[in-house]
Amino acid sequence: MNAVLLWLVLATSVVALVMVVVHLVRDETAGDPTFLALAVVEVLLLVQAVLGSVALAGTDREISGVTFVSYLWSIVLVLPIGAFWSLAERTRAGTAVLLVALLTVVALEVRLQSLWAVGG
Amino acid sequence: MGELSSGPGRVLVAVYAVFAVAATGRSLVQLGTDADRAPLAYSLSLLAALVYLAATTCLLVGGRRGWWAALVAVVVEAVGVLVVGTLSYVATDLFPDRTVWSHFGQGYGFLPLVLPVAGLVWLRRTSPARSR
Repeated sequence: MNAVLLWLVLATSVVALVMVVVHLVRDETAGDPTFLALAVVEVLLLVQAVLGSVALAGTDREISGVTFVSYLWSIVLVLPIGAFWSLAERTRAGTAVLLVALLTVVALEVRLQSLWAVGG
Repeated sequence: MGELSSGPGRVLVAVYAVFAVAATGRSLVQLGTDADRAPLAYSLSLLAALVYLAATTCLLVGGRRGWWAALVAVVVEAVGVLVVGTLSYVATDLFPDRTVWSHFGQGYGFLPLVLPVAGLVWLRRTSPARSR
């Protein structure tokens, strides 16, 4: 697993988290800059899913392949579904859904890293 | 969209959905790979998954029936996390492997303990008896 990519995902997720929290505090709906930040995280997650799957195929680590790959590709789904669910209601609650989605990405990312590290 | 899944309910549905997927994935992997290792723990993982799926669905469906079904699911969830959480401390031999509810959901930031409380508060606020 690419450590640089992991940190990029975490860093961009934190930036997006801060943007969402600012929206929540000000009670305003998330605008284009926030969704752009989410899109950047999503692109990184897609790259990670592809590179991670390739890395799994080429490693001799003792990793549960099914679990690892399902984590890799589940993370990719979180933000699109979260954004969709959030946009259906343009209120503070809708914005809070983005917070839930981003925290889920961070949690899954940490878990993904430990899955990879345990096998090493 | 129903009244149960808007406002704070929308956030609740999001969190329940995450737990539904997480618990389902966990129990499928556990039961699929090594079911004999910890039958009780894995059955409880499956129960947790079903409870989270039920709660998510009921909140989404809404209405009077959805409300009552959601109440049952959330109460089962609350009892489950308390019983399994306690047992995982006092009867460790029963749980050779973890479930979502082990140690009051420690592996999930204790959210499994907070979630049923949030669910009950939300159901109280949206009670059909109250709106009449």
